[in-house]
Formats: sequence, C-alpha cells, structure tokens
Amino acid sequence: MSAKSLVVISAGLSQPSSTRLLADRMAAEAASLLREQRVETAVQTFELRDVAGDIMNNMLTGFPSPKLSAVIDAVSSADGLIAVTPIFTASYSGLFKSFFDVIDNQALAGLPVAIGATAGTPRHSLALDHAIRPLFTYLHAVVVPTGVFAASEDWGNGADAVRALPDRIERAAGELVPLVAASERSRQVHDPFALDGTFSPVGGFQPE
Amino acid sequence: MQFGIFTVGDVTTDPTTGRTPSEHERIHGMLAIAQKAEEVGLDVFATGEHHNPPFVPSSPTTMLGYIAAKTEKLILSTSTTLITTNDPVKIAEDFAMLQHVAGGRVDVMMGRGNTGPVYPWFGEDIRQGIPLALEKYALLRRLWDEEVVDWQGKFRTPLQGFTATPRPLGGVAPFVWHGSIRSPEIAEQAAYYGDGFFSNHIFWPAEHTAKMVAFYRQRFEHYGYGTAEQAIVGLGGQVFMRRNSQDAVREFRPYFDNAPVYGHGPSLEDFTAQTPLTVGSPQEVIDRTLGFRDYVGDYQRQLFLMDHAGLPLKTVLEQLDLLGEEVVPVLRREFAVNRPVQVPDAPTHASLVDVRAAAVEPIAVEPVAVGGSVEVER
Repeated sequence: MSAKSLVVISAGLSQPSSTRLLADRMAAEAASLLREQRVETAVQTFELRDVAGDIMNNMLTGFPSPKLSAVIDAVSSADGLIAVTPIFTASYSGLFKSFFDVIDNQALAGLPVAIGATAGTPRHSLALDHAIRPLFTYLHAVVVPTGVFAASEDWGNGADAVRALPDRIERAAGELVPLVAASERSRQVHDPFALDGTFSPVGGFQPE
Repeated sequence: MQFGIFTVGDVTTDPTTGRTPSEHERIHGMLAIAQKAEEVGLDVFATGEHHNPPFVPSSPTTMLGYIAAKTEKLILSTSTTLITTNDPVKIAEDFAMLQHVAGGRVDVMMGRGNTGPVYPWFGEDIRQGIPLALEKYALLRRLWDEEVVDWQGKFRTPLQGFTATPRPLGGVAPFVWHGSIRSPEIAEQAAYYGDGFFSNHIFWPAEHTAKMVAFYRQRFEHYGYGTAEQAIVGLGGQVFMRRNSQDAVREFRPYFDNAPVYGHGPSLEDFTAQTPLTVGSPQEVIDRTLGFRDYVGDYQRQLFLMDHAGLPLKTVLEQLDLLGEEVVPVLRREFAVNRPVQVPDAPTHASLVDVRAAAVEPIAVEPVAVGGSVEVER
C-alpha cells in the first residue's frame, strides 16, 4: 500500500513563528498516531511565506508559478491537511485566505482537515469556528470538530488548566488520524478533462 | 500555415506619457492596424468583442466590413464572438452578410466571455456559460447549414420555419474556431463538430496549452474527422521586438508593468519564462514561436497580440513591419520544414466550397438544402 500523504500549511510570517510551531506540534502528534496504527505516512510542510509573492501573482494573472503549483498539487492530492494561521484583525491572515482563494474550489472536496490558529490573546479563539471552519466547509473539506487555538500564554501553562494545549492537539490529531488512514484521495488520479456525466456537445435541452 | 494578429481593443493610457487615446482614435487605430496587417503580408486580422469600457469593439462585423472594403486578401475573424450572450440568429446573419461583403474572407471564433456583468446585461446567467455556449452554437450551426429551421431550446425563444438571411456565401458557413483557455467542454465541442480549436495560450503556461490541445486532437480523432495530427489548431502569441533585445525589454517594460491584465504582478522576466510572451529581437521571437510546435504539434494558425496596454499606434505599426518583414517569412519557411503532408492547412472559404462541391456532386439529383440537410419545405 502506498503511503498516506499528510500536508501541513503554516501561514505564520515571522521566523521562527509560533504558527509554525503549532503546525509542527499538530503534525508530529498526527504522525505519531498514524505510526502507532502502522499507517505509513509522508508528511510535507509548507510555509506560505515562501510562496507569498507567487500567491499574489496567481491572483493577478490567473495561473500559479511552478513553485506554487507544487504546493497546490500537494494540498489537492493529500489524504489529510493540517492548516494553521495566525489570527489577524479578527480572522485568518490575508495570506492564508489568498492561498485557498487561488486553489480550484473543487480541489479540496472530501479532504480531512484539522485547523489551528495562533494569536496574542485567547479572546480571538472563536475565529477558528466563525472564520476558518466555514472556509473549509465551503470547499467541501471535512473539518474535524476540534480546532486548536494557541494564544501566547498557552505556550506556558497558564491559559487553561482544565485542558491544556497538548491535550487539545492530541484530541484534534485523534479526530484527524482515522480520516487520513481511510482516505484514498492521494491514490486517485485526477482527470482535468473529465466531463460531467450529463455533458452533451450540442447542449442539454430535451423538448418535452 | 496562417499568421495574423488579434486585438482586444482596449483603450489604455500610455504609461510612459500619461496620454489616453479617445475611443474614436483607438477605433481608427485598429482599422489602420488591420490594413497594415495586409500590407506587411499577414493572413488574418481578428478583433475581440466587448460591451464595457475601456474596450471599444462592441460591433465586430461593422468594423470587419469596413476592413473588408479596404483589403483584398486578409482573412477577417474574431477573438472572440460571444456565443453566450449574442443571439445566434444575429450571429448567423451578421457573419453570412460579412461573407458576402468580403467575398468569403471570413471566419469566426466562438468564445464565452469572462466579464460577469455582460451576462445579466444581455439577460443571461454566467453560471450557465457552458450550457449557453453549447446550445446556442448548436442552433447557429443549423441556421447556417439548414435552409429552414424549426428549433426549440432553453435559452432562446423557439423558431418555426425560420430562414436566416442572407444564406452563407456559396452555401458554406464561415469556418468556426472555438476559443478557450481552460474549459475541456469547449475543446470537446470543437472536436464534435470538426471545427478548429484556438488556445488563447498567452495567459497560461505552455504545459497547460499542450494538454488542452492534445485533448482536442484526441477527441477530433474520436469523432472521425481525421487523425489527431489533422485537427485544426490555432494559438495565440504575444511579442514585442526591437533589433536589439535589450532595447525591446527597456521599451516594453513600463507597458508590461502597468498592463491591465498582468500589471503590478509578476516580473516581466517571470512572466516571459512562464508564458509564451517574448520580448526581444526578431530572431528570439522566431526561435520561441517555432518552439510552440514542439508541444502542440504542427498547427494551422498563429495569431499575435500586438496592440494593447497603451502602446502607441506608431509603435504598433513598427512592430507589424518587423513581424511581417522579418519574422513571419522565416516562420512560414521553418514551419513548412518536416511538416507531414497529411496535416491540412486551415480551412478557408475556397477550400470549404471545394469540399462541399465534392460532397454534393454525386447526389445532386434535385435541389437540396444547403449543407445537405433534410426538412426543406419550400
């Protein structure tokens, strides 16, 4: 059996970034669970900063550069996606949104996704559910129930004594892993020329 | 092989001078460009169709009719005619009329148009773009090929006993190209009818164009019009030339950087690497263009976009001199080398008349419907 493909997208901007740190933690947890279940998995991590100019150029020209194309192809054919963004101005960062804006809106259908977000304060935490989750729902991706939010203080132990950040990461990974293990997305051959079953070259009108 | 130019018809401020031509000036510029195309030995002039500023060519057959009177050999075409939002009856009549006016020097390229509001302005829905293109073209074909048409569809009021007039010149419709950047449905449609497929080419990477053309060729063969290599393929191209490559880059860069379509995005160097845009010497244009054959196969029509992004008319006319005198003669010669004999030229009115005569002669017992169809009740 071929390896499952787990793709990690981090929209963090600084180097190093806490967004990337969270993405790595979520990926490591998922990879560890998959290993325990003897599901061979290849993990690829992409920083959107590396293709930031390419994303905006795609917006303007309508086609991706070869470098961006490789990232889009990896996400589109993944068995699972971990997508993490910093919260800017009450929502995902513009870079995060722009990346998903330039991907074909059918390309993520059925893709298991775990979402994560970082911010300076826990008061932004609902952005995960009012902004990031609907974005993936619109794309017909399958978003697991637990979103992982990490405010600055979560990197210590103060934020939430009841269920700390590692617990939330574990829970999200636990929800994502069975979906990744069951996914056949990376094995599917995508035919960009496949026509809708109802297609007729002379149009579809049938007189009564 | 045919070579020519296609124009978008944009009125754009020249970024180097801040000057914006008037609509009147731009329209007359386009007319001058078309006449120049014939003068320098090009084969085809094609105009876009738009219904919103800053574009002027809303009425292509009016413009092409004038050009027909001013030229003798040039083939007049479009890039594209909006099959989605125009009435196919009017397209059938306008282009048949143009055929008569121009002595047959007419073909037409169907396109959907991607300007959202144009659809509702003409009473249509952009989400139905593909179904509109399929149904309206199916009707257009019948209006040209059959003398009397009874028709009912989803997107137009029905027709009973309708004859589009005038009838196509010599009983053959203008050859049709279908233009598309990324819709396999349109490549399939072109193959289904044995029509030409024109890949815009200039806004997307070559690998994409290669796949679309290969798909069309394969489907052309599937529908029994010939082998895949005999399918009728056209490509767009986009060039800016000066004798010295560096001069071309220096002069064109401000136009590129501020162009409405791709300006303020990728660098000229990136865009040149990723699309067929070539800015350099005539020899560089020749080399790049000859390379197109490597990924689409031997093809029939090459159109260049030359007059856009605010380039002054004088510059465009100089470009056409270079294209006609230094580039196209070499392309004609080089594209002919090793071209398989079974690869046809692009159909012209004369060639289509011959094909029809050959097809009709053996069975010409009594007057038949134009296009050899049934349902003649006259």
